[in-house]
Amino acid sequence: MEIRSPEFKANVTHALADTRLQKALEFTRPAFPSRRAAAVANLPEFEQLRDIGRDIKNHTLANLDFYLETYAASVERAGGVVHWCSTADEARTAVLAICEKAGAKTVTKGKSMISEELGINDHLEAHGITPVETDLGEYILQIRNEGPSHIIAPAFHLNRDDWEESFRKVHTDLPADRVFNERRDILTEARTRLREKFLAADVGITGANFLIAETGSSVIVTNEGNGDLTQTLPRVHIALASIEKIVPTLEDATSLLRLLARSATGQDFSVYTTFSTGARRTEDLDGPSEYHVVLIDNGRSNMIGTEFQDMLRCIRCAACMNHCPVYFTVGGHAYGWVYPGPMGSVLTPSLIGVDKAGHLPNASTFCGKCESVCPVKIPLPSLMRHWREREFERHLSPAAARTNLALWAWFAKRPQFYRIATRIGARLLAFLGRKKGRLISLPFAGNWTAGRDLPTPEGETFFARYAREQREKKS
Amino acid sequence: MSKDIILGAIRRGLRRGPLPEDQAMALRARLTAHPRHLIPARSRVPRPEQIALFIRNIEKEFGTCTRVPDLAAIPDAVADYLAAQNLPTDFAMAPHPELESIPWATRPLLAQRPGRAQATDVVSLQHGYSGIAETGTLMLPASAHRPTTLNLLSDTFMVVLRATRIVGAYEEAWDLLRAENHDARSGGFMPRNVMLVTGPSRSADIESTLELGAHGPRRLHVLLVDDDPAAL
Repeated sequence: MEIRSPEFKANVTHALADTRLQKALEFTRPAFPSRRAAAVANLPEFEQLRDIGRDIKNHTLANLDFYLETYAASVERAGGVVHWCSTADEARTAVLAICEKAGAKTVTKGKSMISEELGINDHLEAHGITPVETDLGEYILQIRNEGPSHIIAPAFHLNRDDWEESFRKVHTDLPADRVFNERRDILTEARTRLREKFLAADVGITGANFLIAETGSSVIVTNEGNGDLTQTLPRVHIALASIEKIVPTLEDATSLLRLLARSATGQDFSVYTTFSTGARRTEDLDGPSEYHVVLIDNGRSNMIGTEFQDMLRCIRCAACMNHCPVYFTVGGHAYGWVYPGPMGSVLTPSLIGVDKAGHLPNASTFCGKCESVCPVKIPLPSLMRHWREREFERHLSPAAARTNLALWAWFAKRPQFYRIATRIGARLLAFLGRKKGRLISLPFAGNWTAGRDLPTPEGETFFARYAREQREKKS
Repeated sequence: MSKDIILGAIRRGLRRGPLPEDQAMALRARLTAHPRHLIPARSRVPRPEQIALFIRNIEKEFGTCTRVPDLAAIPDAVADYLAAQNLPTDFAMAPHPELESIPWATRPLLAQRPGRAQATDVVSLQHGYSGIAETGTLMLPASAHRPTTLNLLSDTFMVVLRATRIVGAYEEAWDLLRAENHDARSGGFMPRNVMLVTGPSRSADIESTLELGAHGPRRLHVLLVDDDPAAL
C-alpha cells in the first residue's frame, strides 16, 4: 500500500473539508463506544479477562521463538505447509508461487490487514492473477480503488449512495434503472455477485486472528461468512499471518476470543469463529486439498526487547480507534497507511520508520481513552510518547517545535524563573482580554485561536493561588 | 534462511540463544496441561438454566430454536418450520448416522439429500456436535459425517442438537473434542476445520447498520432434542 503518512497534515486538512467523510464519521461515532460498553456491562469478569489477555500475550512474546517452532511442527503434522517470510517481498513471492503452481486465474480473499500491508493484490494483478476481495467492505473499496479506513469496518466512511453508484458502474450486466430501496438490496446484489466468484476461485487467501501452537490451527473471526467460503471452496487455502498472532493453546485463544468481539463490534461472540488445521483429510467431503501458512515478520521481530514489544500484544479489535477523538475527527485515510488510529500511530513508525510516520504519534491529545479500552492493556499513549522522544533525539521534529521545547525546558528546570515567567504571562493575558474575558487571537498561536477562543486567565497563577490557599488554611 | 533470520532476531531481542532445555520443558508441560483461565460465571448455573441460557443467546443473535422430545419428532418439526417460512421441502443433509436414523418417511414430502452442500441448495440440515450456552454458539467440527459446506452455502441453515451436548463454556466443548475425536492425519484431536457458529451471517459494512444474510445463511434454526432428563 502506498505510504502517504508523511503528508499527514495535508491529509487532515483535506479530511476536515470533506463533508461526505464528516457525515459518515458523525453517523458512526456514537455507535462503536455504546456497543462495546453494553457488551462489557454484560460480562462482570471483563476487567479480569483484560489482565489475563495481557498476560497470555506477554508469556507468548517472551517465548516467541519456541512457540513459533512448535506451531510450525504442528501445522506440518496436520498436512499443512509453513512458509517463513522475513520481509514483505518474500511473502509476496511465496503467495505468488503457490498461486502460480495451482494454475490460479482468480483468487478470492477474506479480509486481512496483513494483505494490505504486503500489497498482495497489486502483486497478483501484476502477474495476471485476479484477486477478488469478498468482505463486503473490502469489495466496494476494491471497486473504488481505495484503501480501508478502519481495521474492522473498512468502508464505514462511505455513504449509501456511494455504494449504489459504484455497483451501477461495475455490475453493468444488470439493468441500469434498477432501484435500491434499502440497504438489503445492495447487500443482496453483492451476495449474488460474490457467490459466483467463490465458486470459480482456484485459491482462497485469508488472514488469521490467531495461530495456535498446540494444534497448528489458524483462526479467523468474521460475521459475513466470506472468510469461511474463501477457505472452504477453492482447492488451495493460503492463510497470511504475522508472527505475533501466535498463542500457545486453544484455552489461551478462547480467553482472547472472549475479549475480541466485545471490544471490536460489541458482540458477545462473532458469528463465525473458525479453526483451520491442515489440508482436507482423505475421508472429508469438502475443504481445500492444500493448506499453506505464510508466516510473516516484516519488521516485528525488531520490536522484541524494545519498549515497543507491548504493541505486539495487539489483537486488532479497533477499540482504540473507535474511542479516539482524533480518529473520529480526521478518519482513517488521513493516517496515510494500513493501520490508523492510536494502534496505527504506534505500529506504523515501527514498520515504515519514524522518519515517514513521525506525525502520527504527535496526532494525539493523550486523553488516554485508547489505553483504557484496550483488551490487552497496551500503554498506547506511553508508546506514542516514546516515538515523540525518538523523533526528537533523531532531530526529525521541526525546528520551531525544538526551539520552543528547549525554551520551555530551560524554564521548567529553573522553578523560580518559571514562576516569574508564568506570573508575567498570566497578567499580560488578563490585561489583553480584560474587556471580553476571552482572547480571539494570539501571536504565535494563530492556528490554535482560528478554531477557538482562549478564556483569559484571572491574573493569578496556579502556584500563587495554591500557596495563598495553603496559607489561609493554616491561619 | 528466513526462518533462522526471524528466530535469530527474536532471540537477539530477548537477549538469549535458543530456549534452555529446562525452560522448554516447562513450556511443553504447559502445552500438555493446556490450563484453563478464568471462566465467566454466567454459564455456571443449574442444568435447566444452562439450556435456557443457550436458547436465549441463540435468539439474542437472531437465530430460532424449537425443542422436540426425541429424534422421531424431527421430521414434523422440520416440515412445520419449512412450511411456516414458505421454503422448499428438499434439503441437503449431513450424512451423519444420527440424522440418517431419523424416521424421515413419516413426512413423505420432505426430500433430504445426504452429502455436502451444493451452491444451489436453499436449505441445509447439519448435525450439531456441541452447543455452548455462554453465547449460544454451535460447535461444528468437520468430518465425513459433518461437511463444512452445509454450514455456509444454504440460505436457511438448520441444526439438530441434542440437549445432552450443551455445555456451559467453550472450554468444556474443547474438552469434549479432545476426549472424543481422533485425527488420523495429525495424531491429535483437531479435524481439518472446526466452526463455532453464533447466529446467522450478517454485515454492518453498509453505513454501520446491521443486515442479516451477508454471504452465509440468512436464517439459523436449531432443533433441540430434549434427551437430557436433568434439563427438563
